[in-house]
Amino acid sequence: MALRNHPAKYSAFGLVRRGLRKTNWPRVWREPDWKSSYDVIIIGGGVHGLATAYYLAANHGITNVAVLDKAYLGSGGSGRNTAIVRSNYLTPEGVAFYDRSLDLYNTMSVDLNLNVMFSERGHMTLAHTDSALRTMNWRAEVNKLQKIDSSVIGPDEIKKLAPSLDVSTNTRYPILGALYHPPGGTIRHDAVVWGYARGADAQGVDLHQKTEVLDILCEGGDGADGKGAGATVTGVRTRRGDISAPIVVNCTAGWASTIAGMAGVRLPITTHPLQAAVTEPVKAFLPTVVVSGSLHVYVSQTDRGELVFGASVDPVATYNMGGTLEFTEELAGHVLELMPGISKMRLLRQWAGLCDMTPDYSPVMGPTPVEGFYVDVGWGTYGFKAGPVSGEQMAACVANRATPDLIKPFELSRFTEGELVGEKGAAAVGH
Amino acid sequence: MLLVPCPNCGPRNAADLTYRGESHARPDPNTATREEWRTYLYLRDNPSGWLRESWYCSSGCRTHFQIERHTFTGELREPLLPGSKTGGES
Repeated sequence: MALRNHPAKYSAFGLVRRGLRKTNWPRVWREPDWKSSYDVIIIGGGVHGLATAYYLAANHGITNVAVLDKAYLGSGGSGRNTAIVRSNYLTPEGVAFYDRSLDLYNTMSVDLNLNVMFSERGHMTLAHTDSALRTMNWRAEVNKLQKIDSSVIGPDEIKKLAPSLDVSTNTRYPILGALYHPPGGTIRHDAVVWGYARGADAQGVDLHQKTEVLDILCEGGDGADGKGAGATVTGVRTRRGDISAPIVVNCTAGWASTIAGMAGVRLPITTHPLQAAVTEPVKAFLPTVVVSGSLHVYVSQTDRGELVFGASVDPVATYNMGGTLEFTEELAGHVLELMPGISKMRLLRQWAGLCDMTPDYSPVMGPTPVEGFYVDVGWGTYGFKAGPVSGEQMAACVANRATPDLIKPFELSRFTEGELVGEKGAAAVGH
Repeated sequence: MLLVPCPNCGPRNAADLTYRGESHARPDPNTATREEWRTYLYLRDNPSGWLRESWYCSSGCRTHFQIERHTFTGELREPLLPGSKTGGES
């Protein structure tokens, strides 16, 4: 279904013109017709899947692509994360990778012609123990070697950057220092989803929403129905019918294992929920993103003035996104240790998202033992900030049939080779 | 809140126990190939459905035991004691 004036070019002038003429904006993306075959099928319509589709079209000219999502675009982790971006990781592989993502986020509003509200407000990871301070120094040195703006600062500077923090020494976990990363910040996560969806759609990619994948069709494998190692992908079976395709990319985060299982591939992934919460809006008082590993919390203030809190993943594996009272109780206690002044603020709501946790806190990207079946999964608690670079690299991986150097360390085969990329010290707050 | 039935202590809040994750038979370290061993270490079924998993009653009787739990609904089947194939009496 073609749309007139599609896609509309967004600009201040366009806004005024349409406001005066009172004409409606055209739909942002098409409701595509059903097709029975594509060159590439991407399962999962979140940041990762949409970015992969966008870069396949933009960088490699592959436009006969479908993105399938069982619900609406951005309904999973892409719309549930706390929208923090940074690149101050611990391993050289991780730093190079996430820094490329930050580069892409920096120019995204222009590239996609959509304001993604990137706020480069700085990112502070607090250290409450000597060992945490040691890790912060380690991270700062790894970061500096790769030309990332990252340094360890003391309590006085912390107090200047975020006056609401309690940096006194008579708390349970006194703040000894912090890893300060000025290029980090927050971004509007929905806008990133919409920007990629709109950009991909404009280049001819079909975005099929409410299209749940029931099975992945394979032939020639060792397992049942020709699946498993040595098989070749031939297409997918969805609620709306079968689609044939020589390449299927799994970008389904929390549900990654269930989708990979349909192709007979086992992944080193366990699905845990991560809960987050938001308060009522107040005047701006917290200029940076603040993270505390010891207190299992990270907090930032949105442009509307709400405080957004995230925590560590819940310890028990589940696909259920229900909230728990234990979470809000612990969160409130921990946040008040950091910022005693906000005790009268009210929590507005809480939610959860599913995290596909890997043993080494690094993702799993690239080919699998099934020919034509690619994965971009294992995104745990750090998938949103990696969305753009993952899309770019997965698109290159699929288009060239070879894994790019930037994601080579994250291939599935690292688990059989025993070459894990241990990123827990910089990727998680629950340790 | 998830209530986990410890064979000795009875139903306890999951927060009182330590979650050990999916249960799989450990291959013999003396004879296992590298691939078998690393498959055991890292790869998981991670189903959205019934899962046999291990728990450790860390703040109670310190027993390791297995239960079957539905990973979406949170329903439980009877507790299984270690080494028992048919399920243990609690």
